[in-house]
Amino acid sequence: MTTNSLPPDPNNLWKPNRGLNKRVEQVVIGLFGLFALISVATTFGIVLSLLFETVEFFKDVPLWNFLTDRQWTPLFSNPQFGILVLLSATFLTSLIALLVAVPLGLLSAIYLSEYASPKLRKWLKPALEILAGVPTVVYGYFALLLVTPFLQIFIPQLGGFNALSAGIVMGIAITPLIASLSEDAIYAVPSALRDGSYALGLTKRETIFGVVLPAALSGIVASVILAVSRAVGETMIVALAAGQNPRLGLNPFVPVMTMTAYIVQVSLGDTPAGSIAFKSIFAVGMTLFLLTLVFNIISFWFVRKFRETYE
Amino acid sequence: MTSQSVSPVATEAALRAKNVSVYYGSTLAVRDVNLDIFKNEITAFIGPSGCGKSTLLRCFNRTNDLIPGARVEGKAMFHGTDLYAKDIDPVYVRRRIGMVFQKPNPFTKSIYENIAFAARINGYKGDMDELVENSLRRAALWDEVKDKLRQSGLSLSGGQQQRLCIARTIAIEPEVILMDEPCSALDPISTLQIEELMKELESRYTIVIVTHNMQQASRISDRTAFFNAEATESGNKVGYLVEYGDTEKIFNDPSEQATQDYVSGRFG
Repeated sequence: MTTNSLPPDPNNLWKPNRGLNKRVEQVVIGLFGLFALISVATTFGIVLSLLFETVEFFKDVPLWNFLTDRQWTPLFSNPQFGILVLLSATFLTSLIALLVAVPLGLLSAIYLSEYASPKLRKWLKPALEILAGVPTVVYGYFALLLVTPFLQIFIPQLGGFNALSAGIVMGIAITPLIASLSEDAIYAVPSALRDGSYALGLTKRETIFGVVLPAALSGIVASVILAVSRAVGETMIVALAAGQNPRLGLNPFVPVMTMTAYIVQVSLGDTPAGSIAFKSIFAVGMTLFLLTLVFNIISFWFVRKFRETYE
Repeated sequence: MTSQSVSPVATEAALRAKNVSVYYGSTLAVRDVNLDIFKNEITAFIGPSGCGKSTLLRCFNRTNDLIPGARVEGKAMFHGTDLYAKDIDPVYVRRRIGMVFQKPNPFTKSIYENIAFAARINGYKGDMDELVENSLRRAALWDEVKDKLRQSGLSLSGGQQQRLCIARTIAIEPEVILMDEPCSALDPISTLQIEELMKELESRYTIVIVTHNMQQASRISDRTAFFNAEATESGNKVGYLVEYGDTEKIFNDPSEQATQDYVSGRFG
């Protein structure tokens, strides 16, 4: 024992095994740290592998051409790689998805947290979250085989593959994400704030829209931004239902090709490794990664900046 | 009740509880309260925890309606009108009978909007800047915030937040202000400011305050109601009104032994 340790316990019935305790403690810290490191290292690995192939790609295709070309023709003898083409399709499908998911998700969140009885809420919320558990390939076929033929009744010029039904179904797929996260944000608004509003002679609707939603704004916006990055990265639905036609423009009725759909197409095809088309999927993947990273950073920043601190 | 009233104008009962009992679910919380609260007076509700004083207070502007399972029996009346009558809209009740809560609860809006928001929704058509300034002046907060009206109400100190909550309540010009332990989360200096403020507001409003602080009750109130709680066979506590009268009498010469014990600090 060192000189500055506590005097021995006079009661000798207590003999804890301090030495072993200390060792177990160290092993636990080391083990948990290792697992934490694995997940971080994996992320780094992915970024690095993307980066190397992307650098290779940009040795063949100048970055300027990648950003400004208006054609995406990787398999032509004189290939062109204008990312704007794929970006426009991703933008279009994500926009349609958000137009569906934001009102749907937000209104369900408001209903769940403010209007539904506790009993109904107990059933409804898990039911809504089941929607998030449906495999996206199922959504893809849902869009292709059900939604598209249905929409064609009203829009005869709608293609068999199109951005519209892919976007709508993708919106349904990300609705639970917005609903669930926004509901958490709304539910977390202290009831004292609601009481304060009621005590001023405000109705329930005035209270919700005037007091509760502004207080939950940061959480709601964060949920929408997360949904955006989900939509941008969504693959199966657009690969199945939106088509494989790289086309610049924002026409929702024709087949388009999103960034993710392109990656799927090249990965499934017989493109030889090392070819320019093969390398291009890493450049697209990198673009996708940067895009979702930016969205996540914005969401993180927004929550930090606008989160209200209640006492 | 003694005949010599503390305040000479206090003749009319603004609020009246007639055999009021409140249940939460099947549990009785307050039993059979009868009392009159007079206009332009400060009435204090005192008593140990769980004696139902806050519960009774919440009856008077129907904030109990917001608690699932709460039920009021008997009559809570405002100038002779039963507040729980079928055709009475609780929203309108709360518009006339305002409330300030235990913990300051400013909205997540600017100081200006904290006051203007409810006034606008309630259809105020006058000059909003003027209303905000007057309300803040009457709540003795104007000088401290006049240069930062656009800042968040949450950026203020606890005592300032509570005065902001009082300002937004008086902005919509209620007749009665119910205060549920408004100083319990505040330091002594802020408490003193709120007490001074209440004395100034007394001429225009009827104020009912629930407080755990007996000095506070004796300092500011004209009348005091002492509540106590007793255990039932099932182990629940039921609150009831022990004694109600002029504050001076309650604190110096109460008729009930329990009141005497409580105000002299022997229990509670």
